[in-house]
Amino acid sequence: MITVNGLRKRFGATTALDGMTFTVQPGQVTGFVGPNGAGKSTTMRVVLGLDAADDGDALVEGHPYRSLRHPLRHVGSLLDAAAVSPGRTARNHLLWLAHSQGLGSSRVDEVLETVGLTSVARRRAGGFSLGMRQRLGIAAALLGDPHTLLLDEPFNGMDPEGIIWMRRLTRELAAEGRAVLVSSHLMSQLQDIADHVVVAGRGRVLADASVTQLLAAVSDGRVTVRSAAATRATAVLAGGGGSVTATGDGTLVVTGLPAEAIAALLSRDGVPFSELAAHRATLEDAYLELTRDSVEYRAAEPAAASAATASTHTPGEAR
Amino acid sequence: MSAFVDTLRAEWTKFRTIRGWVIGTVAIVGVIVAFGLMPGMQGSCGKNGPGSECSLPVGPGGEEVTDTFTFLHQALTGDGEVIARVAGMTGIATGEDPDKPNHTVEPWAKAGLIIRAATDQGSSYAAVMVTGGHGVRMQYDYTHDVAGSPDGVTAAVPRWLRLTRAGDTVTAAESVDGDRWTTVGTARLRGLPPTVEVGLFATSPQHSEELHTGLMSGAMGGPTQVTGTFDHLAARDGWTGAAWHPDVIGHADGPANGAPGAEGPPAPASGVEQVGDAMRLTGSGDIAPAVSGSGGLGVSITQTLVGTFVGLILAVVVGTVFVTAEYRRGLVRTTFAASPGRLRVLAAKATVVGGVMFVTGLAAAAATVVFGQRVLRGNGVYVHSAPAGTEVRVVVGTAVLLAVAAILGLGLGALLRRGVTAVTTAVLVIVLPYLLAMTVLTGDAARWLLRVSPAAAFALQQASPEYPQVANLYTPADGYFPLAPWAGFAVLTAWAAVALAAAAVTQRRRDA
Repeated sequence: MITVNGLRKRFGATTALDGMTFTVQPGQVTGFVGPNGAGKSTTMRVVLGLDAADDGDALVEGHPYRSLRHPLRHVGSLLDAAAVSPGRTARNHLLWLAHSQGLGSSRVDEVLETVGLTSVARRRAGGFSLGMRQRLGIAAALLGDPHTLLLDEPFNGMDPEGIIWMRRLTRELAAEGRAVLVSSHLMSQLQDIADHVVVAGRGRVLADASVTQLLAAVSDGRVTVRSAAATRATAVLAGGGGSVTATGDGTLVVTGLPAEAIAALLSRDGVPFSELAAHRATLEDAYLELTRDSVEYRAAEPAAASAATASTHTPGEAR
Repeated sequence: MSAFVDTLRAEWTKFRTIRGWVIGTVAIVGVIVAFGLMPGMQGSCGKNGPGSECSLPVGPGGEEVTDTFTFLHQALTGDGEVIARVAGMTGIATGEDPDKPNHTVEPWAKAGLIIRAATDQGSSYAAVMVTGGHGVRMQYDYTHDVAGSPDGVTAAVPRWLRLTRAGDTVTAAESVDGDRWTTVGTARLRGLPPTVEVGLFATSPQHSEELHTGLMSGAMGGPTQVTGTFDHLAARDGWTGAAWHPDVIGHADGPANGAPGAEGPPAPASGVEQVGDAMRLTGSGDIAPAVSGSGGLGVSITQTLVGTFVGLILAVVVGTVFVTAEYRRGLVRTTFAASPGRLRVLAAKATVVGGVMFVTGLAAAAATVVFGQRVLRGNGVYVHSAPAGTEVRVVVGTAVLLAVAAILGLGLGALLRRGVTAVTTAVLVIVLPYLLAMTVLTGDAARWLLRVSPAAAFALQQASPEYPQVANLYTPADGYFPLAPWAGFAVLTAWAAVALAAAAVTQRRRDA
């Protein structure tokens, strides 16, 4: 379990973290999503004791990370898959990490097996594809059998098969009772794996809710109807109690009526329709909804402030 | 403590699993040994048939000595004293033009009284003398030197000298008038036989001076000669003088009086001439510890370790890259995530690099000193033997030089983070001063650099002691360093400590 409480951090004149607060609960996958530069990576580095926050604190199972005797036995992390010595073999990379935690080589062979790198264990990591390096990074994160996992953009550079494998792995890790934080700048990657989502923007949390709550918030029961007789259909549906908006091209968006009722009304009056689609809200919708607020809010700010905000991302992400 | 052991083990695993670092470390042994065993230097010792072997007499302390002088002496038994007045000193030195010698007295030309256990070279002795440029001295058993009054001697201002034997104690005194005596010093010569050789002596050492032409540095010199004029020679107070025998001890023109293979003008004629009551002793040579270098003969074991600086470059580069490689790849974040104690990581890295380089340097230096001496001797180069303790200090010193220099490189790497910048800085700071001091710089500039720069630690490799009373060019290139071995090492250690401390401070402050 990770508790992030009121983290603030500035890089020079720009604010990277502006009161970031959330918790990562055990037994579920928490998605950590936001545009590039929202402060996701900086937050993770502060949690891992790599960057110092100007204010606030981040605790791992109630302790500051730096006070942990064998930190990798508590928190496994994947920050930057490219951060390996190209001349060292995958196995040796994991071996020095294991030694730093008082672990032996047998654990190294176990995690190599888990991530499917056993056959290339004695090859130099410099020749690995980004996907293989991601697997190596996951192996390093799993090395200490930690209760908590921080995975920063784990899907980057992975082939479809790798993405499927990664999604299944994160689900399994959470099912084993671990707290798993997975960051991504693409909400769609978190669909179906995250139980809980923390949406970050410009250094703070825009939304912190379960996936169910988020979906309920954006699900407004819209149904799209396509009809050659749009005018008649509008009249019928309005008469049936629905609220209809024509979007042109014979397409109507109806709210206030379930799809089954719309079909029944149109059929009863003999209005032809070629398509009837109930709108199912996605995490992407929820994210766009939140982002739209963010965009409106940003537009209201003076130009100079928003320029500064835009450049906020650079120091955090470039590191 | 155990947390440090885990981090140390991790850093050692890191070190040994990068092939380039392991190869670089093994190459250190390779280059140091290769330079030491390369048949570079040639000499004439033993190269010109039987009789051309170089050998030096050995003094009472076991050290190699020069013992060549003109001697007017007799054997005297029991206690007694001998006095004489030095009425003048003149000398001839070889100048830049061998055909036009300078009529100057070499500063360490000596004329005075001596009591010796025997006439054999290397015998125990005590002497009081006037020198060409260093006043009155008492010297005994080759390595000991006590200063008397600082004035020289001229025909107008002569000087009286006296040696008194009581058992195995010899006391030296000087006087301006023969009445009022001032004690210069006292020497205890253990095992001095009842009958000793007593008398006048004169000798004048090899002259050498530094040459600097453009970027080239070198040394030139040649034999010199002194003529001491004595009168009022008397053995008394228990010694009853008989006839005085003239003698020339040692071979003034033998190999013991010049650098190996040196071509020089023939040594001036030595001998004793009686002019009325006065005795004129003309001599060339020295009664002193033998030194290596341009004013002496051969080289010291330091010469075998000339490859150290190449090994040092490798050690410094490996030490620096051991830390900068992690910054280059961002691996340092993985390191600090695994071991959040940054000082602990720095200490572990320093321990690994220092330990590896120590063992490497120890193996390389031990092999080179042992086998390099054989190669040099096989090439006809005279190599001064060093006491076992000195050999151990040179070997261990080479090891700690490599170890601490590599740690300094590591500190610079952690401070500067960028590999190219850090490696360049480390090599400039550590190796370049040594190379400059060895090649283009003149004496004083070279000595200054070797006091303040990390290269001061090369003093650990000095095998022959520097004797102020022995004329020689004590240059770094001949293996003489301005600081004492451990003082030089302290300079390097201070550099490494400052670099590590600065690295530690910045690592704690900066984000990883």
